[in-house]
Amino acid sequence: MTDLTKLTLAAALDGLSAKAFSSRELTEAFIKEIEASNDTLNAYVVKTPEKALAMADAADAKIAAGEARALEGAPLGVKDLYCTKDVRTTACSNILGEFTPTYESTVTQQLWDRGAVMLGKLNMDEFAMGSSNETSRFGPPANPWRREGSNQNLTPGGSSGGSAAAVAADLCLGATASDTGGSIRQPASFTGTVGIKPTYGRASRYGMVAFASSLDQAGPIAKTVEDSAILLEAMCGHDAKDSTSLPEPVPAWRESVKQGVKGMKIGIPKEYRVDNMPDEIEALWTQGVKWLEEQGAEIVDVSLPHTKYALPAYYIVAPAEASSNLARYDGMRYGTRVQGDNLVNTYEGTRSEGFGAEVQRRLMIGTYVLSSGYYDAYYLRAQKVRTKILNDFIEAYEKCDALLTPTCPSAAFAYGEKADPVQMYLNDIFTVTANLAGLPGISVPAALDSQGLPLGLQVIGKALDEASCFRVAGAIEEAAGFVAKPQKWW
Amino acid sequence: MSERPTYTLKGDTGDWELVMGLEVHAQVASEAKLFSGASTEFGADPNCNVSLVDAAMPGMLPVINKKCVEQAVRTGLGLKAKINKWSRFDRKNYFYPDLPQGYQISQFDHPIVGEGEIEVDVEPAHGDPAYSFPVRIERLHLEQDAGKSIHDMDPTATYVDLNRSGVALMEIVSKPDVRTPLEAAAYVKKLKSIVVALGTCDGDMEKGNLRADVNVSVCKPGAYEKFRETGDFSHLGTRCEIKNMNSFRFIQAAIEYEARRQIEILESGGKVDQETRLFDPNKGETRSMRSKEDAHDYRYFPDPDLLPLEFDDLFIENIKASLPELPDEKRARFESEYGLSRYDAGVLTADSERAEFFEAVAKGRDAKLAANWVSQELFGYLNREDLELSDSPVSAAQLGELVDLISNDTISGKIAKDVFARMIDGEGNPGDIVEKHGLKQVTDTGAIEAIVDQIIAENPEQAAAVKEKPKSMGWFVGQVMKASGGKANPQAVNEILKQKLGL
Repeated sequence: MTDLTKLTLAAALDGLSAKAFSSRELTEAFIKEIEASNDTLNAYVVKTPEKALAMADAADAKIAAGEARALEGAPLGVKDLYCTKDVRTTACSNILGEFTPTYESTVTQQLWDRGAVMLGKLNMDEFAMGSSNETSRFGPPANPWRREGSNQNLTPGGSSGGSAAAVAADLCLGATASDTGGSIRQPASFTGTVGIKPTYGRASRYGMVAFASSLDQAGPIAKTVEDSAILLEAMCGHDAKDSTSLPEPVPAWRESVKQGVKGMKIGIPKEYRVDNMPDEIEALWTQGVKWLEEQGAEIVDVSLPHTKYALPAYYIVAPAEASSNLARYDGMRYGTRVQGDNLVNTYEGTRSEGFGAEVQRRLMIGTYVLSSGYYDAYYLRAQKVRTKILNDFIEAYEKCDALLTPTCPSAAFAYGEKADPVQMYLNDIFTVTANLAGLPGISVPAALDSQGLPLGLQVIGKALDEASCFRVAGAIEEAAGFVAKPQKWW
Repeated sequence: MSERPTYTLKGDTGDWELVMGLEVHAQVASEAKLFSGASTEFGADPNCNVSLVDAAMPGMLPVINKKCVEQAVRTGLGLKAKINKWSRFDRKNYFYPDLPQGYQISQFDHPIVGEGEIEVDVEPAHGDPAYSFPVRIERLHLEQDAGKSIHDMDPTATYVDLNRSGVALMEIVSKPDVRTPLEAAAYVKKLKSIVVALGTCDGDMEKGNLRADVNVSVCKPGAYEKFRETGDFSHLGTRCEIKNMNSFRFIQAAIEYEARRQIEILESGGKVDQETRLFDPNKGETRSMRSKEDAHDYRYFPDPDLLPLEFDDLFIENIKASLPELPDEKRARFESEYGLSRYDAGVLTADSERAEFFEAVAKGRDAKLAANWVSQELFGYLNREDLELSDSPVSAAQLGELVDLISNDTISGKIAKDVFARMIDGEGNPGDIVEKHGLKQVTDTGAIEAIVDQIIAENPEQAAAVKEKPKSMGWFVGQVMKASGGKANPQAVNEILKQKLGL
């Protein structure tokens, strides 16, 4: 029955409702696979097999009673950023110690309310700060993909590296992830999976460990565009516990996936043609354009003139908010405390031992840009850039329905390959704009590069128009016929 | 009303004047906290009124309590201030164990309420008559309170109680329009009377539900007027902020001390450092809490977890329509309806409970007589004994009965004071007291005549002298009253004496 883990979420749900197999059988298959693989892949940082089996049995009872809900019996992984009741939640940071919430995040609660089964908590960059998952307190997960003929481990991307690795290696049917500057889409691109960040405010942030409040959004990483639509529908919806949550109904996105792109106008932003972009990625982008044209879309050239300011603005706004959001980790009420001989020493000991180097770097940047005398020059200016970037998109969307861009300027890289933080930050160059403007963005695998590594294309939609993202991504998925799976080496 | 007196402090180099602006923190009267559903009830066991949001657990988010917003708007309307239809919350970042989030959610550059003005009444003191003066309100904003650090439970450890963490406060900031210690206290009193009347804060200063920070500076005569003309703060002295005072007495004492301290520094050629100071009521002095160099860089920025507050006119109009009669309006009504002086009306309307008490006593009676008994006698007694009106041993109905006894000549005003003293001692209703002690006024002219005759007979010399010096008849009045045990009707005594003495 090991084949069960290879199913897509949609196929698994069909099989469950047709009683071809039980949720217990499916869940056991995943537990077995996780047991066999996780020491090597390091995707899960907490495994919850007992909880999973109990949830699976409950799901089977529902199915037997003819009361199956949207995700009944589907085993999923949860990024360690989501607070899960009675299950350790640390955002992969030492500072949270063995913190075990007494409450559940809204997004995960919605999954369980729809019958999903929780397999465990997935690895991530500490507090979601990173693009390679190397900042995790538990060490990085391995990308199931390797360069052809190479034994070198590659990063699955970040910060949702564990989610992407687990989905790519069939260690769950799908996973929750989160995206502050590309943390869903970049790992999806690096692992041949689909990842979507919805419009800011679509999914509740309640119970998600905050990184940068005005940028953070929940979303899934899944095996197919359809699977990502199924998961996103379950994750979104208005939540009174999050003031920035949008009071909007959740559309039936799954239906959009196969609607095709005939008559749609797809914008190609010229500013995304950056220097030193690998030819392969350029070629893939061109190929994507061709696929969409062939399916009846009209391609229009658009300009997003402020794109070049997006990355610097992002690396001001995100650390600024983080510096304030992470102030609560002071060793006083929960998590790790390094007791000093006075209050200041306790704070300093706790925070210098509890936070890793990258988190500390961003907290210092954030503290600096908000400081008296620097606020106007950095934070305020970055917010103005943000408005300009949003206006660029609004203007572009007068001419088109969605934008097509590469997801990343590179394929997966090796650990330590981007030791210079700025090189690492540059990996977010195509993804941060959607966060700054609050727009939905999806990454869909489109091809393998010459070394056999997956590459993704990104579709950025209008605010609240995830439907167009799914249409375009569905069309690319079909045209690309991307079915490659990593060669199992683990 | 009298002119506003000039208040000067004598120094070795000449006169000095005081300039003050106040920041008053008033706890919003609400069931739940500003951004969480936890209770605001006072006196709960430590850390029992704490939600996940108040304890800043990971992933928790603030959600605005609409009631607190309404209360702030209500207060703004009571201060005759501009209501900002768009306002925003900001984070004020600093580390302290009783601040779980590591930031206080406050309003920095877009407060919910803008400029307003209130009229402040100053009681007569130090030989100066009562007067009133305007204080311009700069702003009112909403913010969270912090928790409480408890340092005295353990010799080495500090304990933290988060029950107050997240409770809604209104910070009301005045312009530097206050010029004397008494005015500062009077300003806080006025604010208190307004928020209590509005029901937006209970005004309980002992519980810390209303507390004041005072910014004090000194300057030479004339400098303040230049500041008011130009708006240029450089005409004023360097200010020190005295934090967190919760009694009118402390406010005055702290200002007096602080002004002297600053004058001494300046006159000895020094410079006043801008700093935050604390008043020590035991020593009666202020001491430095932190200097400008140690001041936090609060790194204010808009709270990304919250949307801006936006209202339409209807929201404001609805609150306006529900406002109660405010102290100033009530005072004006007391002046016209009861014919009271502005000062008397002001004393009676300073607090709505007292106003209500007065109206119960005055209803259908001689209002001036009632005002006198309520404010002079009863309030005078309560103030001397440091009692609240709710602790008064005399009810409004009883005091009303006493006024009736005076009005219908059953007792004289003098006897009434004796009856009042017995009422305070708990002897019961004034009618019963008068009955029990036989205090009823003697109006029987026969009885009075007999006493008068006797006194004249016993004092022939004085009786002769009074013809030359009619004013000395007072001595006879006193003797007659004394002989009657104070019960003789003074008017009747006067008439009979005049007649018998041939005046």
